[in-house]
Amino acid sequence: MKPHRKKKLGIILFIASGLAVAIGLSLYALSNNIDLFFTPTQVMAGEVMDGQRIRIGGMVKDGSVEHDANSLAVSFITTDYSHDLTVHYDGILPDLFREGQSVVVEGALAGGVFTASRVLAKHDENYMSVEVKAAMDAAKAQRALSGEAGVGNGS
Amino acid sequence: MVPELGNVALILAFGLSVILGTLPLIGAHRGNALWISLARPLTAGIFVFLSICLMILGYSFVTDDFTVSFVAQHSNTLLPLRYKITAVWGGHEGSFLFWTWMLAGWMLAVGVFSKAMPDDFVARVLGVMGLICTGYTLFMIATSNPFDRILPLAPTDGADLNSALQDFGFIIHPPALYMGYVGFSVVFAFAIAALLSGRLDAAWARWSRPWANVSWAILTLGIALGSWWAYYELGWGGWWAWDPVENPPMITWLLGTALIHSLAVTEKRGIFKSWTVLLAIMAFAASLLGTFITRSGLLTSVHAFATDPTRGVYILGFLAVIVGGSLLLFALRAPMMKSEFSFGPLSREVFLLANNIILVVASAAILLGTLYPMVYQAMSGGELISVGPPYFNLIFVPLMIILAVFLGIGAISRWKKTSSAFLLTQLLKVAVASVVLGVVLPLIITMQFSIGASITVALALWIASVMLKDLFGKVANKESAVAGLKSIPASYWGMQLGHFGFAVILTGAALTSIYSIEKSVLLQPGQSVELGDYEFRFMGTEPVRGPNYNATEASFEVFKGGAFQRELNPQKRFYVASGTPATEMAIDPGFFRDLFITLGDPRDGGAWSMTFYIKPFVRWIWLGCILMAMGGVIAVMDKRYRRFRVKQTAAQTTQAEPALQS
Repeated sequence: MKPHRKKKLGIILFIASGLAVAIGLSLYALSNNIDLFFTPTQVMAGEVMDGQRIRIGGMVKDGSVEHDANSLAVSFITTDYSHDLTVHYDGILPDLFREGQSVVVEGALAGGVFTASRVLAKHDENYMSVEVKAAMDAAKAQRALSGEAGVGNGS
Repeated sequence: MVPELGNVALILAFGLSVILGTLPLIGAHRGNALWISLARPLTAGIFVFLSICLMILGYSFVTDDFTVSFVAQHSNTLLPLRYKITAVWGGHEGSFLFWTWMLAGWMLAVGVFSKAMPDDFVARVLGVMGLICTGYTLFMIATSNPFDRILPLAPTDGADLNSALQDFGFIIHPPALYMGYVGFSVVFAFAIAALLSGRLDAAWARWSRPWANVSWAILTLGIALGSWWAYYELGWGGWWAWDPVENPPMITWLLGTALIHSLAVTEKRGIFKSWTVLLAIMAFAASLLGTFITRSGLLTSVHAFATDPTRGVYILGFLAVIVGGSLLLFALRAPMMKSEFSFGPLSREVFLLANNIILVVASAAILLGTLYPMVYQAMSGGELISVGPPYFNLIFVPLMIILAVFLGIGAISRWKKTSSAFLLTQLLKVAVASVVLGVVLPLIITMQFSIGASITVALALWIASVMLKDLFGKVANKESAVAGLKSIPASYWGMQLGHFGFAVILTGAALTSIYSIEKSVLLQPGQSVELGDYEFRFMGTEPVRGPNYNATEASFEVFKGGAFQRELNPQKRFYVASGTPATEMAIDPGFFRDLFITLGDPRDGGAWSMTFYIKPFVRWIWLGCILMAMGGVIAVMDKRYRRFRVKQTAAQTTQAEPALQS
């Protein structure tokens, strides 16, 4: 092999091995840092482990928001119109958080109580997030399957 | 009637783009001087017609023409004039028109500032850009025409511009970002033109560099403006969120950064040619991908436009054609892009190669994290996930640390080969001093040890002191310091300033992440709260009226060590037309720290929930971006890029003897 070819090969091997290591590390980091998305129905069915960081999407149930009088603690119910889940949060809710509107919450379940670390409401209130829409559709499809009478429709 | 004229102008712009995308390219291939000479006038025509489109859309906004659907959705009679005008880019259709107009503006600039280049090459560059423009204008006509009407039942008033957009940041962030983004299509067009004509030489690199650097500098500013705006507008003091729509500009920026370094090697040493071309293609593809992600509505994000899927399909198709076509051309032309690997294991080339690998790996990791939710959903049969900041930080932070270490060595090493003894004498003391000061300085100031802060300060000192050492070395050989400084070319100053900006960003980003503190509380008027060295006293609220909103304004008195500092007045606004609330932060900016108050919601008896933040060094992030952008521009103000009036014959000679350029 000619010397300059050898050098070229060396450089290519160096780059390739660097890339392989980088991709391997990225995939490893990715597998530990994804937040799975659940609907209130799935949570109530016990699909979520305690302490697992998850996202939940649904609508904020009308009349369910309760503020603590002396602190920032707040609780509200998210619903996919099949099941309800109470969310506890200690902090300030976003501007676009409203009863009857869609919401995505990030947090973990502990002993059957869901505590949110972040509450996200959409930028544009006429538009429902992809995640919440999917959750609502899934719940609706399930209701249709189990032959229940249609409750309110969220979308 | 007027919006229809806009429609006609748009169709004419499309027609001219089709001609520009065909005739000059064929002409350049066959050596037909007439067809080649069409390129510049056609470009001017496209620019004129798209400018007419933009002005007509602006006119429709200013005159409250709510029969135009786009105007009805994004404006309101009460909207202040400056937002009526800028609402042109406040939604999907208008912003795409603005985007396309930016492309035409860059094309015009290429037409004007290309006198030094041979006409056939300019014709190819403009032809490729004409093809891109064809795709954009067709996209508008087919799926998102900003001049669509709501007739006969037009609304009497508009739905108003999204309240979060009614801010100074909205006036400047989108234009800067778009201009930088679109600028990479110029570099892409240069690369494709080079592949088509077969002249991938140092001259090509020298012509491309100013465009690459300027686009990159503007993109830097555009991203920084977005970060600054998000910081003071979105209300939680964040300056970067790894949002799916923030990521594509970041990917483009990282690839662009790799590209300007790789172009430097190609110009100076005539190597890395194929790599440079590939980077130009990838940077442009990343900018298209950003368009796709923003406008397809596939990912949840604060930026996403409410959209319909046909747009996504169109952009994806366009992306596939452009990238596929370019890569095919690249593969066909690969044999002619041979470069000699004539450099040692410790040369500036090697460190620039390392820079490129790190930047490309970083952009690939960000791309992976951005697209992973989509891929996961497709593979798992609809299961939804999101990838949060922990992933991106885990990947990005270590890569930037390695980059900063290499930056110091690379900037002081020489082309072709550098002796290890030279590097050792130059760098050993500097390295030791940086590490020691990095550990000691934060410890003395905060009385606490933080490994992150130590690494940050050490790296920043490392970059800055290597820079100074190199500068002294350059001046020391000259008879006087002034003469020495004068003899240093602009490109060197630009490089050093850009690198210094990087060190400043690094410091700001890391230290603000480590040392920021915040507190959320519920306060009655008259109560106060302590945070860090500061005390904030809530003095109560009063109603305020704006042009198109009603607001509650709170007043706070800020004390430090018992001494009154200033008053801060955050607001809670309620936009009348759209019925949306918005929080207006109060910020006391400072070189070393920002104080930041945001209002939550009112409770019984005049109490409010609120959050206080102290954010040290946060301004350094944007200051560093400004320095970096200035560096990028200064680097191409070098004399060798200013030869606009080189005669055609001289350019021909260049073509014949590319090896002599450096």
